[in-house]
Amino acid sequence: MPEQLAFALEVTANGLMAGVLYALVALGFVLIYKASGIFNYAQGVMALFAALTLAGIMDGQVPFSHLINAVFGTDVHHFGWNVPAFLAILLTMVVMIALAYAVQRLVFRHLVGQEPIILFMATIGLAYFLEGVGDLMWGSDIKSMDVGLPQGINMWIDETTFEALGYGFFIDNLDIVASIIAALLVIGLVMFAQYTKQGRAMRAVADDHQAALSVGVSLNFIWILVWSLAGFVALVAGIMWGTKSGVQFSLSLIALKALPVLMLGGFTSIPGAIVGGLIIGVGEKLFEFLIGAPFLGGATENWFAYMLALIFLVFRPQGLFGEKIIERV
Amino acid sequence: MNMKLKLTTVALGVTLAAGPAMAELVFPSLSYRTGPYAANGIPFADGYADYFTLLNERDGGIGGEPIRMIECETGYNTEKGVECYESTKGEGALVYQPLSTGITYQLIPKATADGIPVHSMGYGRTSAKDGSVFKNIFNYPANYWDGASVAVKHLLDVNGGSLEGKKIALVYHNSAYGKEPIRTLEELSKKHGFELSLLPVDHPGQEQKSQWLQIRREKPDNVIMYGWGVMNQVAIQEAANIRYPMDQFMGIWWSGSENDVRPAGEKANGYKALTFHNVGDDFPVFADIQKFVVDAGKAAGAGDQIGTALYNRGLYAAMLAAEAAKTAQGIHNTKALTPAQMRDGMEALEITEAKMAGLGLPNFGPEFTVSCENHGGNGLVAVSQWDAAADSWSLITGYEQSDQDVLTPLIAEDAAAFAAESGITPGC
Repeated sequence: MPEQLAFALEVTANGLMAGVLYALVALGFVLIYKASGIFNYAQGVMALFAALTLAGIMDGQVPFSHLINAVFGTDVHHFGWNVPAFLAILLTMVVMIALAYAVQRLVFRHLVGQEPIILFMATIGLAYFLEGVGDLMWGSDIKSMDVGLPQGINMWIDETTFEALGYGFFIDNLDIVASIIAALLVIGLVMFAQYTKQGRAMRAVADDHQAALSVGVSLNFIWILVWSLAGFVALVAGIMWGTKSGVQFSLSLIALKALPVLMLGGFTSIPGAIVGGLIIGVGEKLFEFLIGAPFLGGATENWFAYMLALIFLVFRPQGLFGEKIIERV
Repeated sequence: MNMKLKLTTVALGVTLAAGPAMAELVFPSLSYRTGPYAANGIPFADGYADYFTLLNERDGGIGGEPIRMIECETGYNTEKGVECYESTKGEGALVYQPLSTGITYQLIPKATADGIPVHSMGYGRTSAKDGSVFKNIFNYPANYWDGASVAVKHLLDVNGGSLEGKKIALVYHNSAYGKEPIRTLEELSKKHGFELSLLPVDHPGQEQKSQWLQIRREKPDNVIMYGWGVMNQVAIQEAANIRYPMDQFMGIWWSGSENDVRPAGEKANGYKALTFHNVGDDFPVFADIQKFVVDAGKAAGAGDQIGTALYNRGLYAAMLAAEAAKTAQGIHNTKALTPAQMRDGMEALEITEAKMAGLGLPNFGPEFTVSCENHGGNGLVAVSQWDAAADSWSLITGYEQSDQDVLTPLIAEDAAAFAAESGITPGC
């Protein structure tokens, strides 16, 4: 096999893996938008907050320790224990559910019936608030995220492709795990939506919340449920991205990677987020490999992802899997 | 009576306009304790503040004149940085250390017009080294081009004096900062015969798979990185993932803090970083900081950053500011200083080993002198290496001088271009 073709195949495989990671972030946006029509600007910060909370709990860190020490003149930082990863994930999920409850009760319940732009503005406020609270709660230092996920080159793929093609492919073990988890997550979310009472209620709210309300579905409960699910997705995304780069405030910027995925896949489709992520991931990596690096000086991925999404938008404004909304007057 | 009042008012106005020496020495600290880069901003700000606190508590200030440090949060945001400058310059600020290349570029014309010196230590506009053009801007003891040159010099040393036919890749933050070393490295590649490949990484640098796959394919002999923030941690992790030898991977000083290597754990062992100051806390001054600052409950932070690379950089920046202030006090025979006098002190600054040892900082930084023509020092840079097991950096070289034959004409060319576009007549 020609060397360039082998390289291109490796880039494609890595693009698919990167796409899954983008899709993980995009999923959180889709869940909330689908059920409540809110474009949640805070989704990236939720991933950061979840990852900070998980890392803090695992490390036995005392939340708000700087504040406590400043107010009471104490010197407490850690409880002196480490929490196992699984238990810490469960505790973090409890925090994310509490956050969902608080967001719904304190913010969005008071904004029912407001224009979408008002709701969007509220999520911007929420993003900055959460970033500040995360900082105050867990500090600004960069934390390691080690929940036991494997990282580094997958030797089996490296050796197998070397034997078959004469060039060993690099695939990161973490990306493989992320792909499996993303697949399980999507299957789980789809089954939840299809086969559970709460899932069907969620879909009913997504279709027509007034009709759902009229048949006895509690909007408050469904919205708390949806924000909790988005919190869970944010936690998964936070674990994956945090394992790659350490948990730090730049983690909130991963939302930028999700936007072209949403534009392409549609804001209302879970499969759309996955397919959109894969197209963006492969598209940007291949473009960088074939055109960006050799002819344009590199670093084309960020703008190319948005350009690709724009091209799709021109031909299909609702995105690949989005619902076409026709408003008749 | 009325005439007397008017005359008094006029006299007072004239005195104020002349810029009287203030009763305190005011040092603004443009810090970033919040936002995406807070993890790096906090230790620097702590080191900067703690050193001034030490001088106040132990020595009663500088030359008996108390220090007042004004901290202003920039969030590493250029607009906020300029706001900080505007809101604090009226307080009698003696020198600004913007701690951001973006803010530095904005402050160069403003501070020059206001007559306030700026010290961009290891960042900012490299050609500010030419003091005949940039009269109020200083960037001693080293700049980005010194860093690139000493990186190549180190590679020459470890490759038996020749880089002929070698491949060196530059992984850089795709910004004005990250692009700084390109021209220097291109010149050095011509001189030493190595092949240079450029790999930009877009901000923030959370995703670098393409760049590291390219490195895996092209197998460069060495990788130099000019990164910042999350870009550093991801690059070191990706290098570990593709099993790139860490001792062939070297970052500029902004890619050389504990924050950058710790997330990769053991796999970061052997990673190298350039530095223009020493590392660790094995210096007498830290005992004084513990006694007069931390134990006295006056530390700027939690006291947990002492001895880290960025804390030491903040402390070093404060030390250089204090020494320049002392020099200015000597030149002008006054304890209280104006910004113009501080500028004179910076321009006459001489850092010797004896002086550093006397400050409790033996071998902490390079010896250098500043002059009207040379605002950048002698371009002395060392290489440090990360020991993951010991969780610490250590210097593996002495302070080596950058290639002045290559850099001097480049600096002169860039400074001349700035002078022409700004209508400045160079001169000392």
